[in-house]
Amino acid sequence: MSDILVSEQSAPGFGGSGRPSGRLLEVEDLRVEFRTRDGVAKVINGVTYHVDAGETLAVLGESGSGKSVTAQTIMGILDTPPGFVTGGQVRFHGKDMLRMSAEERRRIRGEGIAMIFQDSLSALNPVFTVGFQIAEQFRVRRGMSRADAKKRAIEMLDQVKIPNAKGRFSNYPHQFSGGMRQRAMIAMSLALDPEVLIADEPTTALDVTVQAQIMDLLGELQRERRMGMILITHDLGVVADVADRIAVMYAGRIVEEANVYELYRKPAHPYTLGLLDSIPRMDEKGQELRTIKGLPPNLMNIPPGCPFNPRCPMAQPVCREKVPPLLQVGTSRASACHFAEELVNRD
Amino acid sequence: MTENIIEVRDLVKHYPVTRGIVFKKTIGQVKAVDGVSFDLKAGETLGVVGESGCGKSTLARVLMNLEKPTAGSVLYKGQDISKLSGGALRRLRRQIQLVMQDPYTSLNPRMTVGDLIGEPFEIHPEVAPKGSRRGKVKELLDLVGLNPEHINRYPHQFSGGQRQRIGIARALALRPEVIVCDEPVSALDVSIQAQVMNLLEKLQAEFGLSYVFIAHDLSVVRHLSDRVAVMYLGKMVEVGTEDEIYERPTHPYTQALLSAVPVPDPTLRNNKAIIRLTGDVPSPISPPSGCRFRTRCWKAQEICAQEVPLLQIRRGSDHPSACHFAEKREIVATHGA
Amino acid sequence: MSDPSAASLVSTPRPEQPTEFGAPTNAGLPENARKEKPRGLLGDAWRDLRRKPLFWISATFILVFVLMAAFPSLFTSGDPVNGALSRSRVEPSADAWFGYDVQGRDVYARTIYGARASIVVALLSVIGTLLIGGAMGIIAGYKGGWVDGLLSRIADIFFGLPFVLGAIVILTTFNGAGTDNNEWQIMGLVIMSLVVLSWPVVMRLMRSSVLATKEADYIVAARALGAGSGRIILKHLLPNCLAPLLVYGTIMVGSFIGAEATLSFLGIGLKTPVVSWGIMISEAQNYIRVSPFLLFFPAAFLVTAVLSFVMLGEAVREALDPKLR
Repeated sequence: MSDILVSEQSAPGFGGSGRPSGRLLEVEDLRVEFRTRDGVAKVINGVTYHVDAGETLAVLGESGSGKSVTAQTIMGILDTPPGFVTGGQVRFHGKDMLRMSAEERRRIRGEGIAMIFQDSLSALNPVFTVGFQIAEQFRVRRGMSRADAKKRAIEMLDQVKIPNAKGRFSNYPHQFSGGMRQRAMIAMSLALDPEVLIADEPTTALDVTVQAQIMDLLGELQRERRMGMILITHDLGVVADVADRIAVMYAGRIVEEANVYELYRKPAHPYTLGLLDSIPRMDEKGQELRTIKGLPPNLMNIPPGCPFNPRCPMAQPVCREKVPPLLQVGTSRASACHFAEELVNRD
Repeated sequence: MTENIIEVRDLVKHYPVTRGIVFKKTIGQVKAVDGVSFDLKAGETLGVVGESGCGKSTLARVLMNLEKPTAGSVLYKGQDISKLSGGALRRLRRQIQLVMQDPYTSLNPRMTVGDLIGEPFEIHPEVAPKGSRRGKVKELLDLVGLNPEHINRYPHQFSGGQRQRIGIARALALRPEVIVCDEPVSALDVSIQAQVMNLLEKLQAEFGLSYVFIAHDLSVVRHLSDRVAVMYLGKMVEVGTEDEIYERPTHPYTQALLSAVPVPDPTLRNNKAIIRLTGDVPSPISPPSGCRFRTRCWKAQEICAQEVPLLQIRRGSDHPSACHFAEKREIVATHGA
Repeated sequence: MSDPSAASLVSTPRPEQPTEFGAPTNAGLPENARKEKPRGLLGDAWRDLRRKPLFWISATFILVFVLMAAFPSLFTSGDPVNGALSRSRVEPSADAWFGYDVQGRDVYARTIYGARASIVVALLSVIGTLLIGGAMGIIAGYKGGWVDGLLSRIADIFFGLPFVLGAIVILTTFNGAGTDNNEWQIMGLVIMSLVVLSWPVVMRLMRSSVLATKEADYIVAARALGAGSGRIILKHLLPNCLAPLLVYGTIMVGSFIGAEATLSFLGIGLKTPVVSWGIMISEAQNYIRVSPFLLFFPAAFLVTAVLSFVMLGEAVREALDPKLR
């Protein structure tokens, strides 16, 4: 399509020398708390996950689970205050980003790791044209001339399948429809050819037919560029279509991590099981939906033991006392439940 | 089934697009709802699905008589509600209630839950004598699954799902016959969404309510609805029982919509026949001539640009569809059956 | 897209931030204290106010100033009007705490007696401005259409009048040289001119506030329940639109005390023998180098009074917002 497409070896992005064999992006035991007037909310309580080149990790969770805050911490755009990182590491190519200088982090942003947001209308600056906002990056970060930058920006718009890219270059964000804006934002975040793309609820604000288009586009671009992608979402349907691995978050912890097929076939954590059960299913129409009782915990006052225990149908005394660590279950999956083995082995 | 409780006939709602501040000039019309007819039977749930801009929320507003229709009529038990005013309109409002989408903005942040749920009684004092209201509010809280002791709390002290329950309790206070639900669960998390859907079903069974259930989520609509109407750009393109719409859709838009719903089953990801629509929904200010879907339709022919397809039963089908070329097509079921 | 409902068509789970701390269901309420009796916004606001030291401090100061205005003789036995030129600009001492002014009058007595004019003028003008501007703003914002157009144009006309010029025109007409108005009549005139020239600002504030709130879902919900205009305005719009007005109102108290001083200084406001802080400050201007205490004492009272009102306004605003409790 254009010369921006790069093969795996000649990636000009951060790090330059091709993809090293180690992990691309790792989050380890990350802890974040929000210090507010009303108290300290423990938003992230030891999150560990990683994403490799060419892989899609879906981070699944409900509001308040900490999935977006983790992404914000990775990107270094956490609002401080009230948010404070109290522990853990975020390693990009093995280097801890939390201990880098602001300058180093800024370089990684865009070229190493890029992010797209749910609300494309507020993520694009309304007073500049869409084309200008994309071209700007080429000029500032790559030192291109105005004309070259414009050419590249049009190529980017073309790559995200915006019809009449040349004409659309000088349109303002409000002149784009929701789907088009999301495409423009994808173009913008991919402009500097990042190695990792974090997509935070990229299709939540879109209609189903447009959502399908955008997910297709993201998948296609990711395969072409062998990017690592972290897809943050609450939608179990979208996840099933595109993810390789899934990390399920609850109350600031990863409660289950597994290959997408295994996770849907047989969840190893009661929370995942409850989530899958509570989606309305066509074949059970007219029956009551199975639900997870109760509400997610108040993050200022997370219950002792397993944070899910007050809502868990399987809870035992041990669940109220000991926090279950995220442990391997079988070969390729992990669960933070005292009874994970039993869940997996039941029929 | 039973009698029609609401009959909507050729309903049209256009919003003028104006320019200028002092001397306003109308430069166009947003054709939000453009000729919609349907019936709602007592005790049934009619699902209305469609994407943003299809006019489903405008439809809710007109049904609630929050907006006067540009043309056409909404009959409640044979009475045209848009022609009512004063006391008659107030009495009617007791019968048709609204549950809104966003539980964060639909409750006045400066009123306690007791005041919020008690407000219907204050507006319609004939429903409950003053002394009994407090008790009634507590009953309602209990009914929707909230702690009656939380009566003095403010909306921000509740989570999204709980607030939606407050909204439902408010709608239920006057014991209406019809509740118009405008995207009542789409702002909620999956696990909470299921709780609220169960509550809606329970209440329907308990009070014999009729729902107009407006949503964009097709699986939610299927779960709750007896009949389903699909809207596109201000028009209804297909109406039928949930079975007819979900198993035997004949309108290309319905087919595309159904096929695009992500299936929560990764094993189906490679053998799904997704119909990819191109482009976005056209502007409702200047919708395409003839069939409004033709600009995105793979079947579009000459006739589609010239003739507006009527919503009628087509050959080889058992329910009305507004397509010149309506025909059945296999769609992978939205959920593994 | 002028379809007002279009925005709500998109289903967007809330941005996470507000709920990020989890369900705030048990966000630290004194549960036992909050159970039994039914309460409304005002009751809760009062309960909240009672717990705030800021409220008590500012309320105490305001009470003292109001007492001062009503019964100045409670605070001083001095004579604010007559002095002996022999004591001109005598510095503060044990028997005249605040010293004597140019004309040998007791500054302490004058400051006490000055509270009446300053506070009455400022408070009544603020109340008048808030009432007129607020009412006009609500009507314009809520009714919209030609009513809004008409009221807004009228407001624009008043807005266009320069404050000082407008006040001079009004006051020289009714209170010019040769007129023989008594103390209260002059105060009334000053108040009137302040109100007439200031209400458009409040109206604009209120109008924009109402316009923003009017489209809120809870207003639509109330309409769907069958609520009439009166209920919607009083129960739903007013409580949610009041905050900016309260803040502006408390700021106005200070600027009105200043405005009264300006008008007095120009000779068209209050006249001797009436005393006001504004008059004292403007008289003291010429002696600021040699006798700073002449400026200091009335200015300190003025600042304290203004601060008390600002703090009270802040406390009330917070109390009226359940989210800030």
